[in-house]
Amino acid sequence: MNWVNIILQGVLTGGLYAMFAAGLSLIFGVMRLVNIAHGDLIVLAAYLALVVTTTLGINPLLSIVIVAPLMAAIGYGLQRLLLNRTLGEDLLPPLLVTFGLSVIIQNGLLEVFTADSRKLQAGPIEVDSIQIGGGLAIGTLPLIQFLTAVAVIAALQATFYRTAIGRAFRATSDDRAVAQLMGLDNRHVYALAMALSMAIVGIAGVLLAVRANFDPSIGPARLIFGFEAVIIGGLGSMWGTLAGGIILGVAQAVGAQINPGWQLLAGHIAFLVIVALRPEGLFPKVQG
Amino acid sequence: MPEPLLEVRALDAHYGDFQALFGVSLNVAAGEVVAVIGANGAGKTTLLQCIAGLIRVRDDAIRFDGVPIGAQPAHAVVARGIALVPEGRRLFPSLSVEENLLIGGQLGRAGAWNLERVYALFPVLSERRNQPSTSLSGGQQQMVAIGRALMSNPKLLLCDEVSLGLAPIVVRDIYARLPAIVAEGLSLVIVEQDIVQALGAADHVYCLQEGRVRLQGAARALSREAIAAAYFSV
Amino acid sequence: MSAAAFRIEHATPSSRIGTAILIALVIILALAPLWGGRDDLRLLAEIYSYVALASLWNLLAGYAGLVSVGQQAYVGIGAYALFALTMFAGLHPLAAIPIAGAVAAAISVPTAALLFRLRGHYFAIATWVVAEVFRLLAAQISVLGGGSGTSLPTAIVIAMAPSREIREYTIYWVALLLMMAIIGAIFILLRSRYGLALTAIRDNELAARSNGVDVARTKLVIYVITACGTAMVGALIFLQKLRISPDTAFSVNDWTAFVIFITVIGGVGRIEGPLIGTVVFFILRQQLADYGSFYLLMLGAIAIAVMLMAPKGLWGLIADRFGWQLLPLERRVVRPEATPPLE
Repeated sequence: MNWVNIILQGVLTGGLYAMFAAGLSLIFGVMRLVNIAHGDLIVLAAYLALVVTTTLGINPLLSIVIVAPLMAAIGYGLQRLLLNRTLGEDLLPPLLVTFGLSVIIQNGLLEVFTADSRKLQAGPIEVDSIQIGGGLAIGTLPLIQFLTAVAVIAALQATFYRTAIGRAFRATSDDRAVAQLMGLDNRHVYALAMALSMAIVGIAGVLLAVRANFDPSIGPARLIFGFEAVIIGGLGSMWGTLAGGIILGVAQAVGAQINPGWQLLAGHIAFLVIVALRPEGLFPKVQG
Repeated sequence: MPEPLLEVRALDAHYGDFQALFGVSLNVAAGEVVAVIGANGAGKTTLLQCIAGLIRVRDDAIRFDGVPIGAQPAHAVVARGIALVPEGRRLFPSLSVEENLLIGGQLGRAGAWNLERVYALFPVLSERRNQPSTSLSGGQQQMVAIGRALMSNPKLLLCDEVSLGLAPIVVRDIYARLPAIVAEGLSLVIVEQDIVQALGAADHVYCLQEGRVRLQGAARALSREAIAAAYFSV
Repeated sequence: MSAAAFRIEHATPSSRIGTAILIALVIILALAPLWGGRDDLRLLAEIYSYVALASLWNLLAGYAGLVSVGQQAYVGIGAYALFALTMFAGLHPLAAIPIAGAVAAAISVPTAALLFRLRGHYFAIATWVVAEVFRLLAAQISVLGGGSGTSLPTAIVIAMAPSREIREYTIYWVALLLMMAIIGAIFILLRSRYGLALTAIRDNELAARSNGVDVARTKLVIYVITACGTAMVGALIFLQKLRISPDTAFSVNDWTAFVIFITVIGGVGRIEGPLIGTVVFFILRQQLADYGSFYLLMLGAIAIAVMLMAPKGLWGLIADRFGWQLLPLERRVVRPEATPPLE
């Protein structure tokens, strides 16, 4: 019975990882950009939630309404002003610029907020749980986070495949020159994609802030979890990313159960095993 | 005499250090069909790319509707009413047939062309509307590419080597629909290596050779010998 | 006209001057114990380490096209190997350095087999994950201090050399020698046919392959060599620090972020890049030392600015403008008659 509980916890955590991953996957799919600062932006969103929550005195979960659009605006500006200039055949410029961004964000947050660990309180919802029979209970908050992740991914899928902007994303990703012939301004399309990615980052950041302690240095680990989820799931498939997140979450939960020091290691090993056996991921839609 | 819809004046174009076009001048009147012929590497595709805005040139080198557009980016040129059917079709592989057509109409320019009308022009596409665009035959893909360009309701349509890689019967089929395409007075520039079709469809012909205009005139008025000489120029 | 009639020339006027300057510099630096104090020697040794690390990263990413953000794995492996070899196998620390390199080389082969299944961006992130795995594994080794690490036993430190002074001079000279050996090895590699293959791969991998270059094997060789060199430098760095821990030995900031910044600011894909970049980096560090984390913020901003405005780095700007090279690496075909060389 205990194992079922463990795996269940892992699945729910996996939803959060999938949200870290969804933004990454979107950006990489549309413009082949790897954003090293992605994890740090999630942490930035968490701190924004902190500021909004303390200033307005509202429940942290409600702050999503402000944080998500704010992050989207930041994302649009970031892409339009900085990252658009790094796009091209070469791997290094965007890698380096986002590495630089990562260092800037981490140290900026350190200067403003110090290295103290924080956490946002969401109230009784944090300890509530729902009985689902067989002696198992799921925490209400983790369940909400998981369902949010599923909703976000479903929304992304719908956006990509049923809307005009989703068509624009796919077309620009296919052939940016011909996309221009359709009247699409590449700079704007890329900026919109980043804005969408950052909106998701905003939601993920708020959920992170409520779920666990955070400080300026935890960004890179979130990036790695996100990437592992994307690679395990396979490029181009949003549902694959969810699956990847869940597999990662479960691997970590199982590892932690065997030995608390093995939590992260178990996740990384699961990732490397997939890389060894099936580098294209479990549910790839696109080739590399 | 009314100002031509499209005026190309002394256009120079470069790829890096390499000069592809030397002082090319060309006019297209409203409702006219102009053919641009020439051997491989003569600069025909480059010319169309300059007009469409994929290659930026001297602003005044290209005037459309009396407005200089040479330095405009491609997405702005489409908004003004010029659509390009690119060489090699270049459909979007991630999009279905219908999605390719829809994205052509992305700008929402008003006009006679819409999804129904494109399907009426190319009925075979209607049957395959939800299939991935790349699963169609070459001729059908060419139809999608043309339909996609029409969806932006252009005043000027540029067609780059529509016949490329297609069987003669398919080419004839496509050219047979040309009258329906220009019915509302759409102007057309056709770039072709298939001289017979080009001369048959066009009012006016320009022959390019190594980046320069070697010959131009009314299609009926030019002799075979003159064209061959300009095409292959020793 | 037979191929034997042509000659390949490498040197240019600037490279002759450059080589002369470098030789003079090496002599001055070798005599540093005479004119410098303890702190100067430590700082110089640190500079040499970064030059070496950046040169190796440059070889991997700039020449072989393998952009890795996980080289800290080998810094850590080298450091831990040194501590383990001296503490448990009784080796003299200086002897342990090359062996640490060999250990890293051995580990790098199966690692490469795994990593090369991915390409481009995915490869880059996977290298980071691999480094994290090594860090976490190191934290499990209780005999080496587990998560909090350990210090090198005093007995071993004392046994290294007759006096503290001589010990510090020795470490300094070894650092200088190691840097020169690594740059020398890279230079020889680039001058050889391997180097030609690397340039071909860098310019156009597909074309290189179709011209008979064994791309996969070349990349593997470069990866292993880089791992070996990086580990030796890592061993030396932590020998000097006398203390090791998983977070410091496998730090992504210290051993990857700074190294990448140095290489990019100096100029990727040119052997002079890391030299220039390290100098700039340390000047910045001295100037901004009082500002704490603001210094790192500035560094990030400068790296971004350089990447956007001078993507070929500072040396790239200079070299393209004046056509200089510090070391004779250019290849020019020279006709047998006394006519000017073909460009």
